[in-house]
Amino acid sequence: MRIVLEPRPAPLPLMRIGAPIIALALTAIASSILFAALGLNPVKTLRIFFIDPLSTANGISEWLLKASPLILIGLGITIGIRANVWNIGAEGMFTIGAIAAGWLAITFGGGNHAWLLPAMIVAGALGGIAWAAIPAFLKVKANANEILVTLMLNYVASLLLSYLVNGPMQDPEGMNYPQTAPFDPSAMFPPLFDGMRINGSIFITAIAVVLAWLFLERSFTGFQMSVGGAAPAAARYAGFVQSRSVWIGLLVSGATAGLAGMMEAAGPLGQLTPVLSPGYGFAAIIVAFVGRLTPIGVVFGGLLLSLLYLGGEAVQMTLSLPASVTRTFQGMLLFFLLAADVLILYRIRIRSRA
Amino acid sequence: MTAPPYRLELRGITKRYPGIVANDDVSLAVKPGEIHAVLGENGAGKSTLMKIIYGAAEADAGTILWNGEPVTIANPAAARRLGIGMVYQHFSLFESVTVVENIAVATPGKFDLGALSARVRELSQRYGLPVDPGRLLHHLSVGERQRVEIIRCLLQDPKLLILDEPTSVLTPQAVRSLFAVLRKLVAEGCSILYISHKLDEIRELCDSATILRAGRVSGTANPRTASNSDLARLMVGNELPDIHRDPVPHAPKARLEAIGLSAKSDDPFGTDLETVSLTVHGGEIFGIAGVSGNGQAELLSLLSGERPAGADMVQLDGKPVGDLTVAARRARGLAFVPEERLGRGAVPAMSLADNTLLTAHAAGMIRRGLIDRQRVVGFADAVIARFGVKATGPAAIARSLSGGNLQKLIVGREISLKPHVLIVSQPTWGVDVAAAAFIRQSLIDLSRQGAAVLVISEELEELFQICDRIAVIYQGRLSPARARAATNVEEVGLLMAGVGPSFRPAA
Repeated sequence: MRIVLEPRPAPLPLMRIGAPIIALALTAIASSILFAALGLNPVKTLRIFFIDPLSTANGISEWLLKASPLILIGLGITIGIRANVWNIGAEGMFTIGAIAAGWLAITFGGGNHAWLLPAMIVAGALGGIAWAAIPAFLKVKANANEILVTLMLNYVASLLLSYLVNGPMQDPEGMNYPQTAPFDPSAMFPPLFDGMRINGSIFITAIAVVLAWLFLERSFTGFQMSVGGAAPAAARYAGFVQSRSVWIGLLVSGATAGLAGMMEAAGPLGQLTPVLSPGYGFAAIIVAFVGRLTPIGVVFGGLLLSLLYLGGEAVQMTLSLPASVTRTFQGMLLFFLLAADVLILYRIRIRSRA
Repeated sequence: MTAPPYRLELRGITKRYPGIVANDDVSLAVKPGEIHAVLGENGAGKSTLMKIIYGAAEADAGTILWNGEPVTIANPAAARRLGIGMVYQHFSLFESVTVVENIAVATPGKFDLGALSARVRELSQRYGLPVDPGRLLHHLSVGERQRVEIIRCLLQDPKLLILDEPTSVLTPQAVRSLFAVLRKLVAEGCSILYISHKLDEIRELCDSATILRAGRVSGTANPRTASNSDLARLMVGNELPDIHRDPVPHAPKARLEAIGLSAKSDDPFGTDLETVSLTVHGGEIFGIAGVSGNGQAELLSLLSGERPAGADMVQLDGKPVGDLTVAARRARGLAFVPEERLGRGAVPAMSLADNTLLTAHAAGMIRRGLIDRQRVVGFADAVIARFGVKATGPAAIARSLSGGNLQKLIVGREISLKPHVLIVSQPTWGVDVAAAAFIRQSLIDLSRQGAAVLVISEELEELFQICDRIAVIYQGRLSPARARAATNVEEVGLLMAGVGPSFRPAA
């Protein structure tokens, strides 16, 4: 007897909904075993992980605040992967976007200008685009592998930020801490509700979701880009310009990552510090794949990953569990989610060998 | 004890793949020293059946008897141990090493190239299969490569040799010499399973035939006595449609011209193009014959615009377009069907609707940069209906279609664009007989409406059926075109082998 995976004649639509449910069930079973082995009550632990963080208004505010950059960057990465461009450098683009916006904030912050925040939004996007243009140029002109180039540029961006907050952009009154002066309120997104950190920047993400959907599912440019990514010879045959796919794929993901960096700096952080991102640029790659490379899916993926962050912190604090346990749990969930997706295109058959 | 009557006997072989039954209760029997034809359209299940015999696929039901004994053939090595050899349609040879090294990797026993070379020479003499064991494979023609494959099988001293569409890539002359070799083998007692859909060959070569249709045995026949229409009916299920051809209109004007096209090939094993000139007029079909790999791919990419050429080297309706992009040439009324369907003519992972959008987008499918889905689906629906594409609908994924059905979609899409000039490479390769006839008729109809049609094909029968003028490409050079009535298969065949007068350098 052997178990084989057989391709389905056509994708099974029911499984698009069924696969995540199967994955959640498997995660619940596997994690219950893990928690029970650690001497914890599985039901209570899962409740602290998934329910408690969302039981207060502030909890929901934090949830959306973390989900927003993950979704925004995930959209850009999704568009990149549709163009067959693997952008591992969103972290660096995020940083450059934050630096560009932060420079405006520090330079013009005292004047209470109404144009400052919009200008920072534009600067954040342009910063990310500029950083993404480097791998795009190298790929188009020299066929340089974008995975390596974008990855290495993360370190360059991170060191540049480190230099700036230790030197030219350091707060003169900051007692020599490596950070910039706090941004003026005119350079920050106003909070939506008193006492909560959620701010107007989530509307940028919301608009981006709609635009990404329009671009990928409805626009001809998006279609041409997807053809270039899926079948380069077909794109050449049809007369689509291949290099345009690379440019769009990288520049769009640069713009979204740069915007996310700006939103983080002009939102919860309110200044530039040597480390701006808790790994959003990398986590967004997971978001893109959990979202099956569709804009709507990315929204769910971002919300899920954000909840995993919050829940992980909650169990660490409430049950004083080691971080490695929460990471194992997070890994399990993502593993089952991606593995269950196989069932959309394949079915499991048990065969008796003659 | 008497010898068993059959060398190989299949009883009730059934093989299912998801969504299709490739072989359904297939039985056949091959006598010692017999050439047995397995006849059927593409997709009838011939190749699957051969894979089962050769151990490359596992049957879901049924038994195989070898010399009267039931056997299980788990893999090709087991098949070879029994004495079964197979020459695949697509060769499995390494380009960058020599003939004898290619043979050595597939031959069990000690790795002794010297001794092996001697054996290869001996076999090649005995059966009239001239091959130099020391030559690098990429220098060999397709016919020579096939000889290498055959010798590789003969080294195992086979009792049954399976040949899968062996003549599809050969010139008529090479087919002759292949047949001579096969007859010699049979005279020595070897049995041969000969897979083909070419009726004339089977009549000439084979002693008996099993005909498959849609995975089932539709009949057995003696090919020497059965008529073409009998065999065709068993294969297709009904009579072949006739091709209807009007005369070429008078005073045609040149719509597609190539003037002194030369180009180095991108591919290290490709063929450079040398001063190719041709003119295709509105209202006619111009055919280019040739064994593949003689510069067809290079010529096509220069004509389509996938590779740029000098501006004047390619002309559409009298205007230079050689330096224009694919998109610009398409905008001037050029359409093109490439040889590779998946990945070039169509995007495998996309729906049929999206695959019509690929080149038909200018037909009112885009408004303010956004795709008009309704129009796309409407166009795809129309192509599917008009060209009889077997698919669940415009949402079906291109990859899920059989090669022939995808070809119908691609050809249908390009014809539906009402082009001024249509370039088609291998229009009916892998397409079933009835659909092939329909595609050929569609090409003729398009040309008679005033379009210039250029067809590149390896199938001479097809070219002689539809073309008004025929030229031959050989080693990157194009022979002068002849009117169909002024030439014949033999002459074109000689040109394909490079022995015609046209390819000799001018004195």
